[in-house]
Parts: sequence; C-alpha cells; structure tokens
Amino acid sequence: MMSESPATGPMPYSGFGAWLDQQTGRIMLLPAVIILLAFAIFPLIISAYLTVIRFALAPGGFKLTFIGLTNFKRLIFGAQQYHFLGTFKPLGFLLWAVFALVVVSLLYWLARYLRSSGASAFGFLGRLITATLLAALALLVLASIFAGGVPGTLVNTLFYVVIGVTVQFLLGLGLALLCARPIRGRNFFRVVFFIPLIVTPVGIAYTFRMLADMQKGPFAPISRFLGFGEWAWATDPWSARIIVLVGDTWQWTPFMFIVLLAAVESRPFDQVEAASIDGAGGWDIFRHITWPAIAPVGATVVLIRLIEAFKIVDLPNVLTNGGPGLATESMTLHSFIAWRTQDLGGSAAIGYILLFVSTITCVSFFNYAVSRARKHQ
Amino acid sequence: MRLQTVLAGASALCLLAGAPAMAQKMYDGVTVNVMTFTGPQIAEPLQRRAPDFEKLTGAKVNVVTVPFSDLYTKLLTDWSSGTNSIDAAVFAPQWMVDYISAGLLEDLSDRVAKDKDLQEDDVGGFFRDFSQKYGGKIYMLTLDGDFHMIYYRTDVLKDAGLEPPNTLDEYLAVAKAVNGKDMNGDGTPDYGSCISKKRNAQAYWFITSIAGGMIQSQGTSQGVFFDTKDMKPLVNNEAFGKALDFLKETTEYGPPNEINLDVGDTRSLFVSGRCALSYDWGDIGTLAIDPATSKVIDKVGAAILPGSKQVLNRETGKLEDCTKETCPYADDKGVNHAPFASFGGWGGGVNAAADPKVKEAAYAFFSYMEQPAQSNVDVTIGKTGFNPYRISQFKEMDNWTKAGMSETAAKSYLGAIEASLDSPNMILDLRIPQNQKYQQVVEDEAVSRFLAGEIDKDQTMQAIESGWNDLNDQIGKDDQLSIYKATIGAK
Repeated sequence: MMSESPATGPMPYSGFGAWLDQQTGRIMLLPAVIILLAFAIFPLIISAYLTVIRFALAPGGFKLTFIGLTNFKRLIFGAQQYHFLGTFKPLGFLLWAVFALVVVSLLYWLARYLRSSGASAFGFLGRLITATLLAALALLVLASIFAGGVPGTLVNTLFYVVIGVTVQFLLGLGLALLCARPIRGRNFFRVVFFIPLIVTPVGIAYTFRMLADMQKGPFAPISRFLGFGEWAWATDPWSARIIVLVGDTWQWTPFMFIVLLAAVESRPFDQVEAASIDGAGGWDIFRHITWPAIAPVGATVVLIRLIEAFKIVDLPNVLTNGGPGLATESMTLHSFIAWRTQDLGGSAAIGYILLFVSTITCVSFFNYAVSRARKHQ
Repeated sequence: MRLQTVLAGASALCLLAGAPAMAQKMYDGVTVNVMTFTGPQIAEPLQRRAPDFEKLTGAKVNVVTVPFSDLYTKLLTDWSSGTNSIDAAVFAPQWMVDYISAGLLEDLSDRVAKDKDLQEDDVGGFFRDFSQKYGGKIYMLTLDGDFHMIYYRTDVLKDAGLEPPNTLDEYLAVAKAVNGKDMNGDGTPDYGSCISKKRNAQAYWFITSIAGGMIQSQGTSQGVFFDTKDMKPLVNNEAFGKALDFLKETTEYGPPNEINLDVGDTRSLFVSGRCALSYDWGDIGTLAIDPATSKVIDKVGAAILPGSKQVLNRETGKLEDCTKETCPYADDKGVNHAPFASFGGWGGGVNAAADPKVKEAAYAFFSYMEQPAQSNVDVTIGKTGFNPYRISQFKEMDNWTKAGMSETAAKSYLGAIEASLDSPNMILDLRIPQNQKYQQVVEDEAVSRFLAGEIDKDQTMQAIESGWNDLNDQIGKDDQLSIYKATIGAK
C-alpha cells in the first residue's frame, strides 16, 4: 500500500529540519557577518587597542606597553602638536574680530534653532557639538594660517576636503549640464571625462607628477613661454597644496560628473519644456527646476565624496612626500608615516581622530544638507 | 666518454660560478623571496643576475621591491610579526642592529668563514669589519660600497679658472660663480650646485656630510652625532647651524624644485650636464660614463667631502680655528675633512626564521653577487647603484677603462673614495638601536621644515635636539650611549 503523496502539501518538518528552516535567514547572513567582523569590526577594535599602547622592539619580537591616552595627548597638546594641529602665532585685533564674528554667528544659529518649533534636546546637543568644533576650527585656521603660523595635517586635510569637494562639485555639475545638452560628440566627452576615475589613485598620482613637472613635463614649454621656467610649485607651501588639490580634482571630478549627469538627465523634461515655452531663461530653469530636482542626489554625492576626501594619501605621498616641510601632508599620510616609523600607537590615534572628524563632518552635512534637500524634494 | 664530458662541463660551470653551493643544482625547487627598495638601482643587478643564479643552482630568486622609505618597516613588520614572507633582504647595514636585537637576522659568520669563493680578504676593511658585522659576528654580505663625496665638472671649473672646492666656503663660492652658465650647450642657464633635499627620501644624510668636517676632528672615535661623555646630541651648536645655512644657501644655486628632488633626480641632472657641483654617493661616477644617458663623459671629477678650517668646541658650542691639537688630521692647507660613510653600503641579510634550505640558497645568492666575477662588473655600471668596495676594484684600472671611464676620470673617482676610506677621521654612520627614528624621522623632518621656511635655524636645531633626547630617554640613554661608543670605538 502506497503512502500519501508528499507533493500534495508542505513537508511537515520537525526537530532539526524545522530548526534549520527557522534559521535559514541567519545562516544565509552568517558569511557576510563573518566577513564584516573580520575585515571591518576586528581591525577597528585592534586599532582602538593600538591607540593606548606603545610598540617597541624587543628580543624575540616586540613589546606592547599600555600608556593610556598619551598618544592623543602628544598630538593635541604635546610634542606632535606642531605636526597635527600646526604652529600658532598670536592673533591680532582684526583676527580676534573675525573669530568673534564666527562665534556670534554660531550662537545666533543655535538660538534660532532653539526658537524654532521643531527644536529638541538631541538636536540642540548635535548642533552644540558642531558649533563648538566649528569655532575651534576657525581659531585653528586663524592662528595657523592667517596669523602667520604653520598649518598642521588637520588643517591641510580640511583644506583638501572643503575646497576640493566644492571645486569638484561645481566642475562636475558644470560638465554634467554641458553634456546633458544635445551637443555633437557628447558621448565621446562623457567617456573622456570619466577616464581619470577608472585609473588607480597611485597611477593618477604618478601621471600627474609627470604632468606637473614644470622643468621636463609636457607643460614645461608653456611655463617657460609664460616666464615661469624657473618657478617650482613644490617649493612654496600654497602652490604645492594647490597642485595636490588640482590632481585630486582631476581624479574625482568625473565621479561628481557621472552621478550628476544621471540626475540632470532624469529631471522632469516636461517642466523644462513648459518653462522654455513660457520664456524662462537658462538660469531660471536651473534655479527653479534643475537644482531642486538634482539637490538630493547632489547632496548625497557630496557626502560620499566627503568621506572619500578625508582619506587622501596617494597624491601628496607621490607628488611631494608631504613636503615642502609639512605643507601637503594629510592626516592619512601623517598616520602612514607614523606607522612607517613603528609609532603604531600614534598612527592609530591619528586614524581615530580622523574617524571622529570625518564622522562629525559627514553627520553634520547629512543632517543640515542631505536631509533638507530630500525634504525639499 | 660522453658522461665524463657532461660531468666535466658541469664541474667547470660550478667552478666558473664560484659560489659555495653550486654543485649539481642543489637548490632545485627552492624559492627565495628577496626584498629591497624600488629600483632601478640596487634592484636591477639582483633582478638581472637572478636568472643566471637559477640556471646555476636551481634556486628561483624573486626580487620584491618597496619604496626606500618603507623598506625598514616592511621588513621589520614581516619578520617580527612572524609572517616571514620575505626570506632575505638587501638593506642598509645601520638598520641591522634593530633586526639583530629582535633575533630576526641569521648569523652568517660560519658560512663566510667556509666560503673561499667570496675572497673576503679582498673586501675593504671598513665594509668587512663594520658594515657586515655587529657584535663581532657577520650578519650581512656587502654588495655596495657607499661614501659621500662631491663631484664637479672639470670643464666648467677650468673655463671659470676655479679649483675644485676643498672647504664649504669654497664650495659656495664655486657654486655661486658658475651658477647660471650654460654647461651642456642647450642654450639654457644651468645650476651651480645640485643636492638632493627631498623629505622622506634619501636626502637626510647630506646634513651630516656638511656638518661632519666641523664637528669631528679627533678621529673616528670622537663621533659626530652625540657627545661620547653624556649622549648629548651634537646638533644645537654653531657648527650644525653653519651646515644648515650652507644647505639653504646651496638652494639658491640649485634647480628651482631642488627641495623636492631625490638623489635619482639630482644624478639625472648632473649627468645631463645641468650641474657644476653635487654631493652624492659613488653613483654619479659610473652614471657619468654611460654613453646612453651621459652628456658629461670625461668631464667629471670627484673629491673628498669639503672640510673646514674651523671646528666645534664641544664645551662652548662655538666654532674655533683649527690648531694642531684640535685638527690633528687636517690636510696640508689646514682643512679638517671628515668623510662620511653614510649608509655604509647596501648589503644582503638572511631571515633567521626562514626554512634552512632557503637560508642556504639566500646566502649562496648573496655570495654569488659579492664574488669578484659579478661584483667587478656591477660596480662599473651606473644603473646598478653598486659602488666599489673590494680592494682590487680600487687597484685594477682595467675594469674601469673597459667600462668606458678614462684613466684620469677613474683615478679621480677611485681616489676620492680611497681618500675617504683611508681617512682616520672617517665618520661612521649612526648604528644605535632605532637609528632610523633619529635620522629618517626626527632629523629629516626638521631639516625639511627648515628648508621649506616653516621654522628657522634655531628652531630646527632645537627640534632635532629635543627629538633625539626624547628618543634617548624612551629607549634608555645609558644603553644607547654604551652602544654608540662601541660602534665608533670610543672609550
């Protein structure tokens, strides 16, 4: 006698089979979780441990000594302060006035938030942290750059991040708007503009070093013709920083361009067409139709780029090795150089400060720019 | 009969190769990973000769290259963490103290003693007894002889009616006098002096070469880095200050981007005829005879490092005129020279934790590279980065004339190295534990900041002094002092 066919309904699981069925989701996720733990969480924990130790060679290998927060203290208040924060000069009356203006503006911003209907304790705390850091940063920039001091790797990094990302966004947006127009050969330009992003960062850095060589590079005849034959960008701190920035911009503008192009091309064309028929000019169309349509994507792409920009290392390392002096050294390069000299604790401490600074910056940007852009949409 | 012929041929090949372990491809199936710095120098001869070595012994040699600034740490990390992916390395002998103290380097003394093909007696005394050894044991095989000296353009100086500089002041005067002249006939002004000054590169030794003649005058055991009484750094005084001034002033007579030039860049400039003077290791001498790249064949002279008629009084920190007592080794013009054995020559060392068979193969490879058959050729080729270190290489002119150097040029080049090697006032490079931090980190960074105008001369000297004192305190001042004294032979 034949038994009842199992094909007529679901298999009645029991015991291990039922348990396995319940756990399928978790089991499927397990490899990803293990990989994440191994390659992201574990290094994060180990590097947190490294921030509180001193590494030293010892017979048979090495010795690790617990030193508390000394690595952070050295960077912020101690022997490495000139390297990380910079060298300061006293502020004159004008610079104090500028600083006072910054503080008053931040206080006004906080007060305005408190008076708003949606104010909350958590929101105020976040804004207070942002405002405090902005004030400290303003003081740092004024004392190290404008008062005649020397900026450290923190200010250098923020220079690359703030100026670099802004320039890259504007250029990327401009190119996207151009390539969105029905011009001849636009597919060719799209590919050409995208190429630098495909090349590895080190490749970009070496190529750019060759391009930026004003004595033997391809632009040398032009620089000689213009009377700059004996000028070397590498000897002046600001020209060296700007050249690093130009290289970074060359590499990353395509990223902005390609994402913004997609956003521009997906804007509502019926509205654009209607506005054109109604006689709206190019600026009006951009301001009232294009910008609101691409703002959420724009804010998101800037956020992604901000995170990446904090990690700049290849260009200053290849172009200048961080020089002249410390002028082009970013925090990542600072951390790398510290690692190279077996200052593993100092290297990890810089890494953690970078994590803190980039997190605060990106969270603030997300809250004040990305979220608003999305709400606006 | 045929078998006999084959065996005789194989034996002849083994004899020709001359390595100790050349019998019947005894390293078949063995792979040796050798790390050194990104070439072409140093890596080039290793890469070029590795296939020949494999044909002779069966051992495959992989040459792994990393940037110079990463080499010390990459090796340390690989070996101290137990990864041991690198079986041997070609690196700076001054770093060996750190590797040895951690038990990471193989003692090669017994192998060298049994290895007649090395012809160890022919290796210059400085390299044999200092660069290869630590604590009386041999840990490295020298592949390159390194000394700082100066190079000058014989034609340019002759046209200007100038003599090769013998003092720092004369160097500046010559550089200033010829700066801006067209030295290679391309119609553009060229440079009075080219000195590598790039940060995080190989430029940080030059400040010692400049200051050395003003700081050390009583012989090698006096030392140039620290006072042997109390380990006080000798970097905050009039002599070091004058060296910093010298370095900055030479920038005025150099290429506009000189502070971003590594030694490879200044060498290219010199052999392309763009510089009248340069500080360098022995590389320019052989690069200058390469017809493919050189525009200065037979137009290059070499001399011992410029000295000074004033030396440091270590009690007062001031410069004082040389006397017979203070400058016993001064030349007949009363100039104190202190030739600097900077770096000490690239050498090969073997990872103590490597497989025994791999260790043998690694040693055999370094032995093969050091033997006269290979070495005598390699030291005459500019792109190898290998400079002469065997006594016979200084005596026999044939190798050099065959390589394309005129006898006059060869005598000038080898004479400058020999004069440095023979000097009783030679400066030995720093070889205390963690010396890389003292020089490549603290000193290099401070001098770079000075050249970039970020800090002034006094701040630079203070930065180096406090950085070195911090390191002394961290590592142990007394231990460092006793090791320092031992390495320079001070009592």
